Amino acid sequence: MARTGKTQNASPAADANGLDHLQQAYEADRLYAASDDELLHFYEQMVLIRRFEERAGQLYGLGLIGGFCHLYIGQEAVAVGIQSALQEGHDSVITGYRDHGHMLAYGIDPKVIMAELTGREAGISRGKGGSMHMFSTSHKFYGGHGIVGAQVSLGAGLAFSHQYNEDGGLCVSYFGDGAANQGQVYESFNMAALWKLPIIFVVENNQYAMGTAVKRSSAETHFHKRGAAFTIPGMNVNGNDVLEVRAAANLAVEYVRAGNGPVLMELNTYRYRGHSMSDPAKYRSREEVQDMRDHHDPIEGAKAELIKRGVSEDKLKEIDKKIRQIVSESADFAESSPEPELSELYTDVLVETY
Amino acid sequence: MAIELKMPALSPTMEEGKLARWLVKEGDEVKSGDILAEIETDKATMEFEAVDEGTIGKIVVPEGTEGVKVGTVIATIGEGDVEGSAPAAAAPAAAPAPAPKAEAPAAAPKAPAKPEIPHGTNMKTSTVREALRDAMAEEMRRDPRVFVMGEEVAQYQGAYKVTQGLLEEFGPKRVIDTPITEYGFAGIGTGAAMGGLRPIVEFMTFNFAMQAIDHIINSAAKTNYMSGGQMRCPVVFRGPNGAASRVGAQHSQNYGPWYANVPGLIVIAPYDASDAKGLLKAAIRSEDPVVFLENELIYGRSFELPELDDHVLPIGKARVMREGKDVTIVSYSIGVGLALEAAETLAAEGIDAEVIDLRTLRPLDKETVLASLKKTNRIVVAEEGWPTCSIASEIAAIAMEDGFDDLDAPVVRVCNEDVPLPYANNLEKAALIDASRIVAGVKKVTYR
Repeated sequence: MARTGKTQNASPAADANGLDHLQQAYEADRLYAASDDELLHFYEQMVLIRRFEERAGQLYGLGLIGGFCHLYIGQEAVAVGIQSALQEGHDSVITGYRDHGHMLAYGIDPKVIMAELTGREAGISRGKGGSMHMFSTSHKFYGGHGIVGAQVSLGAGLAFSHQYNEDGGLCVSYFGDGAANQGQVYESFNMAALWKLPIIFVVENNQYAMGTAVKRSSAETHFHKRGAAFTIPGMNVNGNDVLEVRAAANLAVEYVRAGNGPVLMELNTYRYRGHSMSDPAKYRSREEVQDMRDHHDPIEGAKAELIKRGVSEDKLKEIDKKIRQIVSESADFAESSPEPELSELYTDVLVETY
Repeated sequence: MAIELKMPALSPTMEEGKLARWLVKEGDEVKSGDILAEIETDKATMEFEAVDEGTIGKIVVPEGTEGVKVGTVIATIGEGDVEGSAPAAAAPAAAPAPAPKAEAPAAAPKAPAKPEIPHGTNMKTSTVREALRDAMAEEMRRDPRVFVMGEEVAQYQGAYKVTQGLLEEFGPKRVIDTPITEYGFAGIGTGAAMGGLRPIVEFMTFNFAMQAIDHIINSAAKTNYMSGGQMRCPVVFRGPNGAASRVGAQHSQNYGPWYANVPGLIVIAPYDASDAKGLLKAAIRSEDPVVFLENELIYGRSFELPELDDHVLPIGKARVMREGKDVTIVSYSIGVGLALEAAETLAAEGIDAEVIDLRTLRPLDKETVLASLKKTNRIVVAEEGWPTCSIASEIAAIAMEDGFDDLDAPVVRVCNEDVPLPYANNLEKAALIDASRIVAGVKKVTYR
């Protein structure tokens, strides 16, 4: 299966100060030994994210989704691989505004996500959050944050609450290569390492912070090395292969859950679409995108592996069909649900009455 | 000629202290750098060093003396020493400390019945600082989810000693020193609240919270709404706010109007010890994010505090501090003391002023303000803060929109001058509100 991530960032992992032990373990055994059923499940989840996002793009084009809408197409293996290593409903997850994929990978109902995108009463935030602001406390999915980098400090706070409650849980905080240049990220690294907070910092390096390529924005483009100043071990992971992501995530989860403090994972991936729906993506060539699609696509990679293992094309077609059905139903649901009552304007500003 | 050693001001707001211990005796030779005495303030115990060489002449103030005013001569050095080295005695010698306005215990004449505190409740004297500390300690005993984090809150016992003793009682798990990293730890506190804890995030002053204001507003205040009511954020951000004393523009700002502008936040700015304690306890118990604005200059003031097992006051209710019939003075935080002082002056001139302490800035208790306006028909707002887009402006708008027919004169705003706060003593005084300006404002609306 597709094994080579975009090589732009291929460098020896964080090597200084013995912070590369997790990386060494990952390089020694990069492929998670998934059963056929597990790999089929990963495939199904990745296909769900892709079809869901394609549909969201269509609904946006029809004017049914407004504002900002950031699609996760191309990055599916990251959320699916990492979420699969977590204890659902026990470990906390927080991310930025490109949040649909993480929610789907965490098992949240596509209908209420799509209905939130269309701003309907049945949306997961009752139509008051939109694409960038979605939460599911029952899944311990804490958003969905629109301010670039905020989820890193907030995630450290969630990790703090796990440590304080001694519940054995951990937090995964996802952020992009753009957010990785925010000051509060490093403030959080410092405190997380100082207090040994149970948190995995995941940089989803999709190579572009909006329209700015990593090398134009970042003095140190190897983000996994950026924890070194805080003694945080780094991992440099191929984010386009779900089995590699899962193998790396297992190592990080084990290390963090044992009480060793944070890990910084860099997941090298790629987004096929623009930064948001309104981005024509003129800052990169069509060829570059096509090359990623043709040679590094996470879904095609998983598919090839499944076929190699002897899973029939029919079985995969069946999954594709099922997913199309689910996405279709979620879109119908999102289009047909009513908008929120006008009285909802004034609810949930405060919890209590004073 | 003898050099006079004077009681030093060891902090910008120190007015008096205790001469805890002399480490020298009369006749001892001392040289520059020797420690002469230990001086205790309500914030800390400090060592007092010699600046000049010589022989200790007379010890004027014996050890153990409390309430020694800054600038008092406490000893003399080197009788008959070189002339001319005169008063350069001790360290930050006799800084012309802020006019000690012996405001404690604040007189609240004609105080109306306080239904919030049952009749017959025993009262004790407490500083605002102690009241705040007790509020936190009581809530930490009551709820294991409550913890305190901030710069110097634990081992140092609080930059302004508000968290004194908490580390000892609750340990380092619940009283947490943070690095100097406001944006980061405000985010961690907010995230911990989202994760189900009850954080109290102390800012050394709210001036530094500007580094963190994104989390206070975008993360804490808006999330419950954006999540359709799913995600609560019961965090308290607290610390001193407003002008302190001679600390310059960057350390002297009132953020009350900033935070009061934001839906989703509760904003509290108490004046006396009872309200500080009762409202901080309510803030910690609230399911909503609270910005709790204290004032460094009133930390050390003493007030009556009810001796109740659980003194919790309602958020969102103003308090009539003094009843009157001729004019309403609306204020909050440190302005309340000045308003009460002004009311006394006015009483002597035959003007009977009602003084209202808003206590909570958001949600604002319009009813109490409008009821008072209905009675007095005149409003002056006294606010230690800039006038533009202020709480005073808001009160003026409320009076106009909802009480227009009750107004016999335009609302007058008595605020600080519209300039960054200067350092020079005279300029600083000129920039800040005081009782005489409030008196002048009242005369304007009463046409006197």
